Amino acid sequence: MSDSDNDLTSDNTSGNSVSPVTIRNLNIEDDPRFELLAKNPKRTEILIAISFAIAAVLFIAMMVDYVKGANTQVEGGLMAAAFSLLGIGMVAWGKYLMPKGPFEESRHRTGSTDEDKKEFVDAFIGRGKIAVSRRSFLGKMLGAAMGLFGLFLLGPTLRSLGPNPNNALNHTAWKKGSRVVTTDGKLVHVNDLDVGAFMTVFPEGVIKKSELEENQQDLYNSQTLLIRASVDNIVTEKGRETWGPQGYLAYSKVCTHAGCPISLYQQETQQLLCPCHQSLFNVLDGAMPIFGPAPRPLPQLPLAVDPHGYLIAQADYNEPIGPGYWGF
Amino acid sequence: MAKLDVTKLRDQNSKSKKTVNDQIATTAEWFDDRLGLAKGTRIFFNKIFPDHWSFMLGEIALYSFVVLLVTGIFLTLYYVPSASLMIYHGSYAPLRGTVVSAAYNSTVNLSLHVRFGLLVRQMHHWAADIFLGAIAVHMCRVFFTGAFRKPRELNWIVGVTLLILGIVEGFLGYSLPDDLISGTGLRIMFSVTESIPIVGTHLAFWIFGGNYPGDGSIIPRMFIAHVLLIPALLAALIGVHLALLVKQKHTQFPGPGKTEKNVVGTPMWPGFMFKTQGFMFLVVGVIALLGAFAQINPIWQYGQYLPYKVSYAVQPDWYMGWLDGALRIMPSWEFQYHSFIIPNQFFPSILLPGIAFNIFIIWPFIEAKIKKDKSEHNLLERPRDNPMRTAIGAGALTFFFMLFAASATDVLANYLTISLNIVLWFFRIATYIIPFLVAAIAYRVCIELQRAGDGAGKRKRFNVVWRSDTGEYFTEKSPARSDDVDYLDGEPEESLELTPEVSKMVNEKADLIASDRNGSQESTDSDPEDLQQISRD
Repeated sequence: MSDSDNDLTSDNTSGNSVSPVTIRNLNIEDDPRFELLAKNPKRTEILIAISFAIAAVLFIAMMVDYVKGANTQVEGGLMAAAFSLLGIGMVAWGKYLMPKGPFEESRHRTGSTDEDKKEFVDAFIGRGKIAVSRRSFLGKMLGAAMGLFGLFLLGPTLRSLGPNPNNALNHTAWKKGSRVVTTDGKLVHVNDLDVGAFMTVFPEGVIKKSELEENQQDLYNSQTLLIRASVDNIVTEKGRETWGPQGYLAYSKVCTHAGCPISLYQQETQQLLCPCHQSLFNVLDGAMPIFGPAPRPLPQLPLAVDPHGYLIAQADYNEPIGPGYWGF
Repeated sequence: MAKLDVTKLRDQNSKSKKTVNDQIATTAEWFDDRLGLAKGTRIFFNKIFPDHWSFMLGEIALYSFVVLLVTGIFLTLYYVPSASLMIYHGSYAPLRGTVVSAAYNSTVNLSLHVRFGLLVRQMHHWAADIFLGAIAVHMCRVFFTGAFRKPRELNWIVGVTLLILGIVEGFLGYSLPDDLISGTGLRIMFSVTESIPIVGTHLAFWIFGGNYPGDGSIIPRMFIAHVLLIPALLAALIGVHLALLVKQKHTQFPGPGKTEKNVVGTPMWPGFMFKTQGFMFLVVGVIALLGAFAQINPIWQYGQYLPYKVSYAVQPDWYMGWLDGALRIMPSWEFQYHSFIIPNQFFPSILLPGIAFNIFIIWPFIEAKIKKDKSEHNLLERPRDNPMRTAIGAGALTFFFMLFAASATDVLANYLTISLNIVLWFFRIATYIIPFLVAAIAYRVCIELQRAGDGAGKRKRFNVVWRSDTGEYFTEKSPARSDDVDYLDGEPEESLELTPEVSKMVNEKADLIASDRNGSQESTDSDPEDLQQISRD
């Protein structure tokens, strides 16, 4: 890059008679481009000085307010005003009290000159050929060795982070005979819910006396919507003849679309709505998706009533809960 | 206009500030002896910045990044990256006694208890939204003016990478407080990771440290990515972005004195440095204003994340909105072969952004290939001068905007009191149709603007009908006036050589016709007669 590349030269094409000059020997006094844009520089200077002074006062006000407890709106408002004044002042300084220009910088093709390219090739191939090119076997071996180390690094950087999925997605905390409890850990009796009511339930044991001790994964996986849709047994699908005793239906609360908890139940239409992406499921039809992006029905938990009248699970869900994933 | 009186300045300096100047000179000398900076600094000072408002958009991004760094450092002093549960005993009464995570607890405390904390946190959040907004608008400027063309393809790629990293960084940032809304977002991200073919399920388990919600290690992992890994990458790439900009010099819009071989504008020192510093203060001022008066992400109202709870009518930050919208309008498809599933969420949240960002990255090469263009471009194009690119860009922007709007289907349905069903089906169809309409309209508008040249809305030149002595009629353009526009042809045609008197007469007649379009037929009929008379004279 030669010196003149970066010298400020005059605007040749604009028709004025200023000849190209470098900034080093510019005669600033004679060059019209060094005139200021401000008509009255003194006044501009005073205005800028005032804006800086007000900003300084505002910063002092910020300190006072900080000592008094730092009100968010007062501090932020003062800060916004102060920085805006500083900004306006600086921009005005840069625009009105600086040479008005225009200045010009020449540029050349970005690529190197043919001479430079040739010198590079001479150095790289000419000098390096004997040393490097004829040892391509060594290069390949080095590459292979480093590549294997890179492959090894996938272990510590990824595999070490957590366990493999194994069977984790195929079961939840529900077991055969798990008693149904509310979010407060209370057992659910068959007379507890009126028709049209619904609640979130868990298997007994997941809800602990203190929330601090609860297992978050169990809490997530076993969350279930308990709906009482009728007083009579409900059969949602063939093969689920005993799953809905006395009108109680239980579905996984985890949406089969993106995994949000489904929390809206519309009694009139017997539909469940996921608030995240508005998938809609038909309660009486085995929670078949009828609207929105969810591709699969919500898994149904087979319920039963134990001899004391409490709701229990006949078994765990018979399919993975939640959104689809790549099986293995 | 006043002049900068340098001699006077020099005299003043030599009298009153001699010692100070001497000290500066000595210090400069000391550094230069060791670093040899004089020439490089001079070259840097001489760098020219074109004077055009659209070049400020990138600066907004740069300065909001500075705000992000400064406010972010403050926040790290108080935030605790831990998912371990505890009982809240802080100053916010409604939460007292409830079980919260250490992360949530510390975020509420730094907002409501730490002096100045809420302002800094809200400024940080606003700065992030502005950072990505400025990047998006800056990218549009670069795209629609063709600034990405040779030799600047690499800087375009660096820029797209900055956008992607910025989106990831933003998502990690608003996920850190572990509140009810961000926790749900994190769950969706687990589902999205799970959906990647072959590796997805393992990857999700590894990143989260187990089945969702994992063993709690996701919080410290997100934290270190958010405060160290990605910011370091962002800072390094911003450095590369600016270094390339200095090396390759700015593009500029065509105009008087501006060529492919120069840059016209304001030099780095002193003009630009002052202006840009002032601009940074203004960006800080605007962010402080938003941080003070525009509440953002009040997590103490949302509550701690609980796996079985969810909030309603929740939208992510704006830069994630298009992905959320894509999730919503995806038809309920899923592809399964034995246990191998390509789940529904794969298409909108992995495939769509994958394709979109890859097209962004290779766009300069696509365009060069289509146009068979291998030459360097330092002069920008106006969007109208490249209708195809402008149309594609407008269509793509519309597509992303439709997806963004689709992330509010529930809110729109509520607000307009129409069925959610109708809103969803509207977006499912319109998202793929409206972009083509917008592209077609944009193309048409470009062509029309080209034809109008710079004279849109100005007077057309009139044609004058002549009758020769022998009774033959012929048409001639009226003499050109400075504000005339020739529609459809670029250069004014040569017209008859007329004497000044005649041309004056013709112009008067033309004005008369213009002002009296509804006038009687007879007056126009008589025109050629009069003109003929004059020309005979």
